[in-house]
Amino acid sequence: MPKKVENVGCPYCGVCCDDLVVTVSDDGKQILEVENACAIGNQIFHHATGSERIRLPRLRQPDGTYKDISYEEAVDYAAKVLYNAKKPLIYGFGSTNCEGMAAAAKVAEKAGAVLDNCASICHGSSFLAIFDNGYPSCTLGETKNRADVIVYWGANPAHAHPRHMSRYSIFPRGFFTGKGHMSRKIIVIDPRHTDTAQVADIYLQVKQGHDYELFDAFRAVVRGHEIPDVVAGIKREQIVEVANILKKARFGTIFYGMGLCHSDGRNHNVDIAISLTRDLNDYTKWTIMAMRGHYNITGPGAVWSWQYGYPYCLDLTKKDIAHMNPGETSSIDLAMRDEVDAFINIGTDAGAHFPIDAVKHLRKHPWITIDPNINMASEISDLHIPVGIVGVEVPGIVYRMDNVPIQYRKVIDPPEGVISDEELFERIYRRLSELEADEAVKEHAKAAPEGVRAGE
Amino acid sequence: MITQRSIEEGVAMEKGKTTPEYFEACSIIEMHDDDVKALGLVPNQLVRVTSECGNVVVKTVKGRQSLYPGLAFIPQGVWANQVVPPRTQATGEPQYSGFPVTVEPVNGEKRKSALELVQGAVGMWRGDQ
Ligand code: SF4
Repeated sequence: MPKKVENVGCPYCGVCCDDLVVTVSDDGKQILEVENACAIGNQIFHHATGSERIRLPRLRQPDGTYKDISYEEAVDYAAKVLYNAKKPLIYGFGSTNCEGMAAAAKVAEKAGAVLDNCASICHGSSFLAIFDNGYPSCTLGETKNRADVIVYWGANPAHAHPRHMSRYSIFPRGFFTGKGHMSRKIIVIDPRHTDTAQVADIYLQVKQGHDYELFDAFRAVVRGHEIPDVVAGIKREQIVEVANILKKARFGTIFYGMGLCHSDGRNHNVDIAISLTRDLNDYTKWTIMAMRGHYNITGPGAVWSWQYGYPYCLDLTKKDIAHMNPGETSSIDLAMRDEVDAFINIGTDAGAHFPIDAVKHLRKHPWITIDPNINMASEISDLHIPVGIVGVEVPGIVYRMDNVPIQYRKVIDPPEGVISDEELFERIYRRLSELEADEAVKEHAKAAPEGVRAGE
Repeated sequence: MITQRSIEEGVAMEKGKTTPEYFEACSIIEMHDDDVKALGLVPNQLVRVTSECGNVVVKTVKGRQSLYPGLAFIPQGVWANQVVPPRTQATGEPQYSGFPVTVEPVNGEKRKSALELVQGAVGMWRGDQ
């Protein structure tokens, strides 16, 4: 009899849906059906048992082809690359569990590496703004149960977080929002009339890159000041109308995304959004939330803040003290200045998602990819190490976009022999420690004065 | 120019970056009708998009999500990142949205595959394998 596994978590986006029901075949090897997931979540589970999965690490040969090697050889290779590099960069972590992130941090610390996660090209701007200005936020449950005004600013959940609107923000009937959609006003602000804008009560087509001015105008109106006739392409009457709706809300949440973080101004678009939220709290209750991308991209921020005090762009090259300054220690800035001499891509695809100039710089040095699947990073690697898929084959803790930790389950076994990120990093850590110990013995022998045996 | 997500891109990426689905979902550009007309393009025509740091050949398609004249959209991914400027304004974040490009029709040229673009850029492309 096929078996149904309930309360399964989806390892794709920051909504972290944990209500999936997955039907597994008799032998526990095939995924037959996935209920409740959106199209993307569905694809992940069905893809997991596809025939194209790789089972062994692959090392690039001088002729450009790949040769399978054992995990032991792969661990040795990775440890040696890290050991020999002056300033290796370990980057990714959007798609693995917190256990894997903690193990990787141990490796980074031992290797004296730079440790960075996808936040640095995604919501890193948000971190910078939060450092400056705070984060008046809430959990998704509070929005679901209380919010009567929702703003999506520079975010398109219909495409990027497909079940966000139905689970938490627009459609669900919550404790104080019993009429669901009918009890809420939806405002969408975006230069494109997106599919999210389709479900909005009010849509403001802001001019791309001019969000800062529009926030400024909202703040001015909320504080009772005059504004020009048109700001960022939006008419004054409309700004005043929306500002009044914001002021009269019982409970509001601003969800924002890459429209703010990736455009001119970066963190300043976010810090003025936070200022507006704080201003509105003089009148009523307002909260703001970053639409975090990957299902566990909030995880490294939590894990490394606990370990080192910094969420991303961690320079551990001094080994006993961590340093963080994103313009200086971020992956892209380091790559563009050619400041790193080895690259480990883990739980992400820098080959596809970095600007190509950054990829060209990084590829001058050894490049190792740790990922369950073939992707662009794996196809330009010296070494590709496969791992189990978190949420499908490997259980673990993940953090939702609102920093709520969720325990993900395992529904099937990984392909035979394939290990988890956590185990892989633990093994690289052990190998690094051995290399260090070997070197210490050698140094000791060299330093020993004549006539005295090493070790005495 | 802006580069952002699309659900087709999300589904295709999970299917695999070397699949035809990923190719079709990401090697496209969406523009306003006025711009399409001004450039004298027909639907599904190939165009070259050039920014301050590179160029890429993509296909014009009519998207459901409308833009205003002067703004264009390529889904995030391999094709978009051929033209995304790596400047970060000292924040770590490249200019993924809001950078100037020129768009011009091309003839007799094909769109390159994801592998050819990425491996080609780093000198690893060995022809159609
Ligand atoms: S909304 Fe996100 S977490 Fe939920 S099923 Fe879709 S991809 Fe998965």
